[in-house]
Amino acid sequence: MSDTNLTSVTSASVDEHSMEEVRKHVRTYLIVGVALMCGTVLTVWASLIHFDSRAMNIALALLIASTKGFLVAGFFMHLISEKKMIYSVLAFTVFFFAALMILTLWSMGHDSIIQIR
Amino acid sequence: MEIPYAVKPRPDTGLYNAKLGIWLFLASEVMLFGALFSSYILLRVNAEEGTWPHHWLNIWLGMTNTFVLILSSVTVVLGWAALKMNQFKRYKLYQGITILCALVFLCIKSFEYRDKFMHYEVHLKDGRIADGHKQPESTDKVLVLEGRYVASHAELMEGEVHHEAEPRIEIPRDQIASMENYGPWHNTYTAIYFTLTGLHALHVIGGAIVIFAIWGPLAKVWEQDPERYTNRVEVSGLFWHFVDLVWIFLFPVLYLL
Amino acid sequence: MQPTPHDDPHTHESHHAELGFWRKYIFSTDHKIIGLQYGITALLFMFFGFCLMMMMRWQLAYPGKALPVVGTWLYHLLGPEMVGKDAAGHVGVIMPDLYNSFGAMHGTIMVFLAIVPLAFGAFGNFVTPLQIGAPDMAFPRVNMASYQFYFLGGVIMFASFFIPGGAAQSGWTSYSPLATVTNDAQHPNGQTFWIFGMVCLINSSLLGAVNFITTIIQLRAKGLNWMRMPFFVWAQFVTAFLLLLAFPPLEAASVLQLMDNLLHTSFFLPTGLMVSGQPLHISGGGSPLLWQHLFWFLGHPEVYVLILPAMGIVTEIIANNTRKPIWGYRSMVYSVMVIGFLSFIVWAHHMYLTGMGTRIATFFQTTTMMISIPSVIILTALFISLWGASIRINTPMLFALGFLPMFGIGGLTGLPLGFNASDIQLHDTYYVIAHFHYIVAPGTIFALFAGIYFWYPKMTGRFMNEFWGKVHFGLSFLFMNLLFMPMFVQGLEGMSRRMYDGAATYAESGGVVGLSKYIVGLNVPISHAAWALGLAQIPFIINFFYSIKHGRKTGSDNPWEATTLDWQTPTPPPHGNFDKPVEVFRGPYEYSVPNPRRDFIPQNEPSQPEPLTHGNPVRS
Repeated sequence: MSDTNLTSVTSASVDEHSMEEVRKHVRTYLIVGVALMCGTVLTVWASLIHFDSRAMNIALALLIASTKGFLVAGFFMHLISEKKMIYSVLAFTVFFFAALMILTLWSMGHDSIIQIR
Repeated sequence: MEIPYAVKPRPDTGLYNAKLGIWLFLASEVMLFGALFSSYILLRVNAEEGTWPHHWLNIWLGMTNTFVLILSSVTVVLGWAALKMNQFKRYKLYQGITILCALVFLCIKSFEYRDKFMHYEVHLKDGRIADGHKQPESTDKVLVLEGRYVASHAELMEGEVHHEAEPRIEIPRDQIASMENYGPWHNTYTAIYFTLTGLHALHVIGGAIVIFAIWGPLAKVWEQDPERYTNRVEVSGLFWHFVDLVWIFLFPVLYLL
Repeated sequence: MQPTPHDDPHTHESHHAELGFWRKYIFSTDHKIIGLQYGITALLFMFFGFCLMMMMRWQLAYPGKALPVVGTWLYHLLGPEMVGKDAAGHVGVIMPDLYNSFGAMHGTIMVFLAIVPLAFGAFGNFVTPLQIGAPDMAFPRVNMASYQFYFLGGVIMFASFFIPGGAAQSGWTSYSPLATVTNDAQHPNGQTFWIFGMVCLINSSLLGAVNFITTIIQLRAKGLNWMRMPFFVWAQFVTAFLLLLAFPPLEAASVLQLMDNLLHTSFFLPTGLMVSGQPLHISGGGSPLLWQHLFWFLGHPEVYVLILPAMGIVTEIIANNTRKPIWGYRSMVYSVMVIGFLSFIVWAHHMYLTGMGTRIATFFQTTTMMISIPSVIILTALFISLWGASIRINTPMLFALGFLPMFGIGGLTGLPLGFNASDIQLHDTYYVIAHFHYIVAPGTIFALFAGIYFWYPKMTGRFMNEFWGKVHFGLSFLFMNLLFMPMFVQGLEGMSRRMYDGAATYAESGGVVGLSKYIVGLNVPISHAAWALGLAQIPFIINFFYSIKHGRKTGSDNPWEATTLDWQTPTPPPHGNFDKPVEVFRGPYEYSVPNPRRDFIPQNEPSQPEPLTHGNPVRS
């Protein structure tokens, strides 16, 4: 497979980052960059809307932030085409982070007899 | 025996060592910032009604910083792509912009921090509360603030009213019962704000130093081993994207909500 | 793939000039040297932590009496605030603050500066690359950095004893607000040092974890697929994940507590906190429970970090000395992975008495009960492995065998603690101390001793003395049990932990209800057992150093006739370990395979055993 001019350096084995593919990806990076900038403007605009409940603002802000995060992770960090090994590590991490947050909040919620107030 | 897969990927995992290493490290960073975000949520949810501040931070500065970091994320990945396409000069340009963005971010952040440290809440002996930024004309005898008087501490929780500041309030120092600036000690919001953004800023500094080191003094590795060099750029880029990712969540959480 | 000029294996490893002393032994990037550095430093800290305990035990057995000899040294070293006079005017009584700092530091040092660095840093570093057929760790310089962080953390922790106010005094758990308000007139105080020390240690572990995981995934030799890995490597692998993902929240919490201490924030300080009758000048709004959650999120996986490498070591030694494959290897592998996963969601069983709601307490109780299952599977598999075995009794095997029932006792006594209801009676009593010490002391430490006796010949080419090894085992086994078993009784009666006078204040007297004289009196034999245990280590220490030059030579690179790759190297293994890439053809425990010549087949041996012609194999 002679997909590159870099003869002695790139591996002859699987290399999805061949020169041609990278050129295509550049376009994707630029589009994602613009999307992120728009997303930022969107976040600010959404925060200025007065909903009845604050929870709506929070949900909206987190939704937009998560989308932006997904774009950065998926495209800039190449997670979308990354290997299973990395995915598995991250999946466990996300699970444990969620466990930390949810269980801690649950244990200090209105059920518990000790509260900060 | 040389350590295998330092540069070329291992066939069954498809990864070279440093790439796996950096992702593992980023997983631990997710837990680090995750713990801080969890703390933020907990402290906020459990705060008494009306004691959690809103709009104490300048949204436009925050937004600018967000743009700056996003731009730097784009340039970091374009820099790596340029190396993959054997365009070393273009990489140098993009990565240079990345480093500049980092510096701009840190400048704006320093300005914001300084603003907080100059912002005082002053309790006078007669029970009034003054709140504002200390002016340079202050002396030993008189504190000069650009700010306002409020009837109660609770009024200060809503920061949107900051723009209606009187340019000059003079307070004789002997009439001050206590005063405190908006440092981390001021309340749990400022505490978590400074901690989250401070730790983030340390990561910006660390990342910028590494990117700079690879871009500058270590650039000669490109001549000796382009693939190894490109991998280093990729790995440091991954770290940089993570730093951007954290800010993408920090900005709305601290500035907007 | 064609080798390129950039991949030339001869550029660095085989033909470089001899490194000077400093590069070779102090600033080494070789995993074996780093392993030894970790090992020696950890053993020194273990000795120091043990001494702290021995001093505490004097105060518990004879409250208010001056500590002979050592007490006078302490007085001259630490001053009259820390070390007082007894009724007879003798100097050398450990004052309450000093007792508390000994207690807090004993725990901190034993967990973070002794056991984990020995089990993970020393054994993990030394053995893992050898057992997977790798030339070194994936990131040798990161490895060196991780040792240096550990060393720095240790220095900071040690130094904290000698600053005004002394070392941290708020338990190894450093609960807020006590950790913030103690000695807060003094800055930096022992608590500040403790936090900085912890940050260094956490960073050391994080770097180590990244290294271990990458190494095990990426550098396994050809043919060494996952299910052919020695269980020791599996155990280190899961341990590394625990460290990687569980430590960061404690690092975050440490930063927050540091800010509470130095910058007067109120992350963990509630509104309206009063200290000595005065309200504290803080913003309030924080939560002491937040610290507990963040601490125990690490704290619980940490105890699995303490035990898993030990299980790994014991498994290797049992397989080797029973001359048969481990029974249930696959179950053990799945179990260790399940333990790793579940260990992240059981932490609040350390917090049953904080007033959490019953639903969440039930959640944690359920996961805690669940995690006992894979632990029992592993222990059972090891027991069953003994069935029908040709057991060779030597010192490593004695310690490994001793580990099994001791860990059994430790684990089973954890069950009443895991149940919310019974924990109400037992929380913060000596029962808890007995439970976890049974796991770590005659549990993990026995496994670590076993490991030292076992791998010593690989490092030095000599055996440690077998007679004194057996003496060391016998005495340690006896005194560990005499030391910790009575603590269960004390705890069941309600004797609290961390009491500086050994609960003398709570003893019944003159009709006032309290702890029985018998219970309080148990402090004396317990202390005697502790000191005897200390004496029992002397043969080990002498043996360790004496055998380096005078131990019986092994005469072989593989004196234990082991199958794993670590024993298929020269002694000691050279830099780079293997001169050519290793290839693995079989599983890790091919013992008692029919073969006329010998009863084991090393993992990297390609040839098939000769077929039996008839009857029993004949040894020529």
